Amino acid sequence: MKSGYIFAISLCLLVVALLFFLLRTRRIKEKYAGMWIALALAVISLGVFPRVAYWLAALVGVQTPVNLLFALAFVVLLAVCIQLSSELTNLEEETRTLAEEIALLRLEVHESPRQATRKSSD
Amino acid sequence: MSEPASPRLLVVIPAWNEEATIGDVIAEVRATLPKADVLVVNDGSTDRTSDFAAAGGASVLDLPINLGVGGAMRAGYVYAFRRGYDQTVQLDADGQHDPASVPLLLAEMDKENADIVIGARFAGIGDYEVSGPRWWSMRLLSVVLSRVARTRLTDTTSGYKACGSSAIRLFASNYPAEYLGDTIESLVIASRAGLRIRQVGVEMRPRAGGEPSQTPLMAAVLLVRAILALVVALSRPSEPIPKQVAG
Repeated sequence: MKSGYIFAISLCLLVVALLFFLLRTRRIKEKYAGMWIALALAVISLGVFPRVAYWLAALVGVQTPVNLLFALAFVVLLAVCIQLSSELTNLEEETRTLAEEIALLRLEVHESPRQATRKSSD
Repeated sequence: MSEPASPRLLVVIPAWNEEATIGDVIAEVRATLPKADVLVVNDGSTDRTSDFAAAGGASVLDLPINLGVGGAMRAGYVYAFRRGYDQTVQLDADGQHDPASVPLLLAEMDKENADIVIGARFAGIGDYEVSGPRWWSMRLLSVVLSRVARTRLTDTTSGYKACGSSAIRLFASNYPAEYLGDTIESLVIASRAGLRIRQVGVEMRPRAGGEPSQTPLMAAVLLVRAILALVVALSRPSEPIPKQVAG
């Protein structure tokens, strides 16, 4: 029983360390890592204080604490997926605008090779 | 600034891998509408669409990636808006739309003081026929969009459209790139922004190249996606015509 907690806690610490490393090397942005770090910290505190899980389960009326954990984990994963989809949509829209702008600029440059720099300022 | 005697017209042709037909389409447009400028929006083609379009005397917007018809058209509207065109006509690159009907669309725009005129297939002219689920989805769309636009529309998925300056300004900033966005949603956006939409019957020709998508399953998928696009578009808050277009 005890070793199980230690395993869970060290796993979470590993995740936090990995996220921190990615943040430090700018390979992940804070707005994406935030949710994961919060989740890992929550799991750690549950591992350190398992009574919290029982108390929470009793509070919301879930009979088996582990089911509450599964449900919460599911909700968090869902939220992250939706966030990613929405960010992806933003990115696509930005890409689209950039593609348009590139095409327009390319035409302008193509039309007047010599005056390209002058025209683009109007 | 002095107003030109006749409105400046831009024919916008979105093209994706249409090298087989694009040259003829441009030549025909230039022959029937000598005063109009022609813009081909090359939607990330992997063939020589762009070369043939340029050789045909059109201006070419080369999109570096494939954005779909909606994406290509918004680029076209941005171009039209920035260069101060008064009217645009969207034509298919596959030769389906007869440029000889363009004056009909523009005359209707003038007569009805409309902002958008659709060249419609089912308005009693021509012998275009569809059946089955495809017919049902088109029927549903025309009934709903006719109510939204407060006018009778029989062919809401037609890509043959003329736009006036207000519509150009609106579409330059707000033209959906999603599936069916360029037809259904754009009409909803335009009606919500208070633009007047009308239609005229035109005859469509069989496509000179490419094949239409016609299996029953695809038609059923079209119906579902059309309904979804419609529901989402109608539930959206309306957006006014912007004074300026953000780059």
